[in-house]
Amino acid sequence: MISFSALAKFDLDDKVNKLDLPDQWYELTGYIKITPDNMIKILNPNPEFGQNVMTSLPMIAAEELDADWQKIVVEMGPHDNVKLGPQFVGGSNSVRMYWKPLREAGAAARNMLMQAAAETWKVPVEELATNVGTIVHSKSMKVGTFGEFASKAALIPIPKGVKLKEVKSFNIIRSSKKNVEGLKIISGKPLFGLDYKQDGMLIAMIEHPPAFGMKLKSFDASEALKMPGIKDVFRQKLYGDDYEQAAFDTRTFNELLVIVGNSTWQVMNARKKLKTTWEPISDTKETISRFGGRKDVVTVPAGLESSDSHHQKMQERAKQPAMVLRKDGDPEATFKNAAQVIERTYNAPFLAHNCLEPMNFFADVTDEKALVAGPLQAPGWAEPTLAKLLNLDANKIEIQMTRMGGGFGRRGCAHYMFEAALISQKIKAPVKLVYTREDDMTYGIYRPMYTATYRAALDANKNLIAFHVKGGGIPEHAIHANRFPAGAVDNYLAEGWEIPSNITIGAFRAPRSNFNAAAEQSFLDEVAEAMGKDPIDFRLELLKRAKENPVGKNNEYDADRYAGVLKLVKEKSGWNKPENKKYSRGVAAYFCHNSYAAHVVDMIKRDGQPYVERVTSAIDCGIVINPDAAINMVQGAVIDGIGNALYGGLTHKDGVAEQNNFHRYRMIRMHEAPKKIDVHFVQNDIDPTGLGEPPFPPVFGAVANALYKNTGNRFYEQPYILQLNKPAGPKKYS
Amino acid sequence: MITLNINKKNYNVDVDPETPLLWVLRDTIGLVGTKYGCGMAQCGACVVHLNGEAVRSCVTKVSRAAGQKVVTIEGLSEKNDQPLQKAWIELDVPQCGYCQAGQIMSAAVLLRENKNPTEKDIDAAMNGNLCRCGTYLRIRKAIQLAAEIQRKG
Repeated sequence: MISFSALAKFDLDDKVNKLDLPDQWYELTGYIKITPDNMIKILNPNPEFGQNVMTSLPMIAAEELDADWQKIVVEMGPHDNVKLGPQFVGGSNSVRMYWKPLREAGAAARNMLMQAAAETWKVPVEELATNVGTIVHSKSMKVGTFGEFASKAALIPIPKGVKLKEVKSFNIIRSSKKNVEGLKIISGKPLFGLDYKQDGMLIAMIEHPPAFGMKLKSFDASEALKMPGIKDVFRQKLYGDDYEQAAFDTRTFNELLVIVGNSTWQVMNARKKLKTTWEPISDTKETISRFGGRKDVVTVPAGLESSDSHHQKMQERAKQPAMVLRKDGDPEATFKNAAQVIERTYNAPFLAHNCLEPMNFFADVTDEKALVAGPLQAPGWAEPTLAKLLNLDANKIEIQMTRMGGGFGRRGCAHYMFEAALISQKIKAPVKLVYTREDDMTYGIYRPMYTATYRAALDANKNLIAFHVKGGGIPEHAIHANRFPAGAVDNYLAEGWEIPSNITIGAFRAPRSNFNAAAEQSFLDEVAEAMGKDPIDFRLELLKRAKENPVGKNNEYDADRYAGVLKLVKEKSGWNKPENKKYSRGVAAYFCHNSYAAHVVDMIKRDGQPYVERVTSAIDCGIVINPDAAINMVQGAVIDGIGNALYGGLTHKDGVAEQNNFHRYRMIRMHEAPKKIDVHFVQNDIDPTGLGEPPFPPVFGAVANALYKNTGNRFYEQPYILQLNKPAGPKKYS
Repeated sequence: MITLNINKKNYNVDVDPETPLLWVLRDTIGLVGTKYGCGMAQCGACVVHLNGEAVRSCVTKVSRAAGQKVVTIEGLSEKNDQPLQKAWIELDVPQCGYCQAGQIMSAAVLLRENKNPTEKDIDAAMNGNLCRCGTYLRIRKAIQLAAEIQRKG
């Protein structure tokens, strides 16, 4: 019953990894290497954090190469933006960004092998074909492996503009392939940053201020230094005061207390003996140069912030005028003359990423060069900053990308790599910086705290005549002004405001969208109810309007693809089928990161509590490279969404994060995961448009809408568990 | 000096007896398949077997393991063919993979005690193991598939 070819593949991996003589490998384009005895290695250019690019990206190159997938070994590529492209993980871009380059690389390598074969066999190249890893000349019945021609092919200049395969003739893409690192994962092989080791390596930990808004005043390390294995304790500054930060250079705690020793436990233990005093920060100016060249000078305010005062400040700020982000028609007058106005406010807390592998990095920095290795989403963004901080040329820096134990945007900010490198430079030794879970959860770089007030105006016939969203956040708002339902309503207004904070934020799986899809999709559900319409039909009507007679020109979404996932989820979930009446059903759909997702959440009461038993998902991300792995990713996004919607939240009191480990920060666990998540992809031949983020945001809205059906209460405050424990007054429309 | 029997091999380690077994495995012996996730028995990434029972190695002092039999993910099978490992590959469970060793080690004890666990049994036995990527559905399925492989021999 069990096909277990993967075991044989593992042996192949081992065998190939032992073949480290460089002259054995002939390079055909930067991504593909072949040995004379026909071993094929494909370099995965992009960091792996669970999105499975180690498998899906090489599949793309292997397809055009027409290789035998079973004979391919995948290796993580070095950091080399010239040979291996942009190399960053974010914005659901990995497959989208590498789709064309990897197809072209595969096609070029195949062409080079055919040219080499034509020359060897003295036949016209037009008479040759490839067939799953072999080159065939049918006239003469000659067949050769790719390996036979590798050395000759490697001398041929890489051709440009080679014709790519027709989508319909794909045989690797669109067929499920197992994770190429699966066996290493289930057998405990070293893969992750924390597993990285080098002889003579020391362990470093940081002591960061206990609260946002504090900095190190003084310390006494005399007792800690007496502890076994402890080498040194010192202050480490990250950036100079006038340092101009790049877009992802976060400055949470610019000065840290560092403790270095022989082993993790010795350092953890000795840390407890450090005596530290902290003092409040003053207002601090930071210059940040954004992508695209814009420079912002921002003032990070002093003060010890608390969640209670955050809520209060947001409520007050929401009443003040905000920046107009988009305006169509005459929303003010329409609201004034409306027969009915529905207004609702939604709130969501800071979220910690909580990657299961805490932040860490290895660094070995000498006067001449630097080697750094660890989990990082965007080495290319980090390298220029690292070069400046170390005062080394970028070409003297080698960044090795390990597998990441989760990322979710958190590892787009490389501060922990910079810290590790500066520590190594200071102590003149190889060192691995290790964050404890507590360090990780209380360091910042959170999903911002958001609020948004939505208003809908209905006329006497219950037609939607105006739509208004005013969103705010600490320290950023979430509003995407040009997204649905912009384009579908004649009178539309989107506004945003922000409150500065010293609590740092960063990208979190589907930034901004992860809140919008909760708020907006809950609101649309409520508006549909007020109009007496089915929530799916209501959205489809709006999308029809956006398609046939769009309002404004700058609408980011494709109304057909958006409607497509709603129709598919309606069909696959049996939306109107009587047998599903036993469920409290919530629907939501969203467009972000170039793809479209819709979910129907089926909730029941289990032991008196709402429980998501089943979810049906419909996704349009264009061509799906590796279907089974894509299903896994969507199921994961659904579970991540349910977990964060119900339980996620990080609060502060006097600058201190009140959750510092998993006993206080509730994460979704196995018994809370649905029994079933059915995933359906819209079948089309559109170039891939990304999958890591798009399925995540609409889960929040679908859960909120199912909760309403299950409890009779609308849910406006995340995490929803708070309201479940203390229900707010219901607002119902008949 | 503490003598440990790990994956049927003896090691003499010179460490503070208070050191959690996790860090002895990872730092001293170099078996890094057992993961650090929380340090307070909340996430299950560090589960190993101590005399056949699942323990959280991040809160288990190495002195407690002295002279006892410890099995880590690296020692679960010689050829990565323990039924759970087979099932994990068959269903392609992992995403980032960081929690999976702990999941498998927890599941191994469940399957030894309960040859045919229901979904409810699995949920109860496995809710101490966090998976941040949300592979719970596949873990459930893989445990049931492993049970089937185990029954069929």
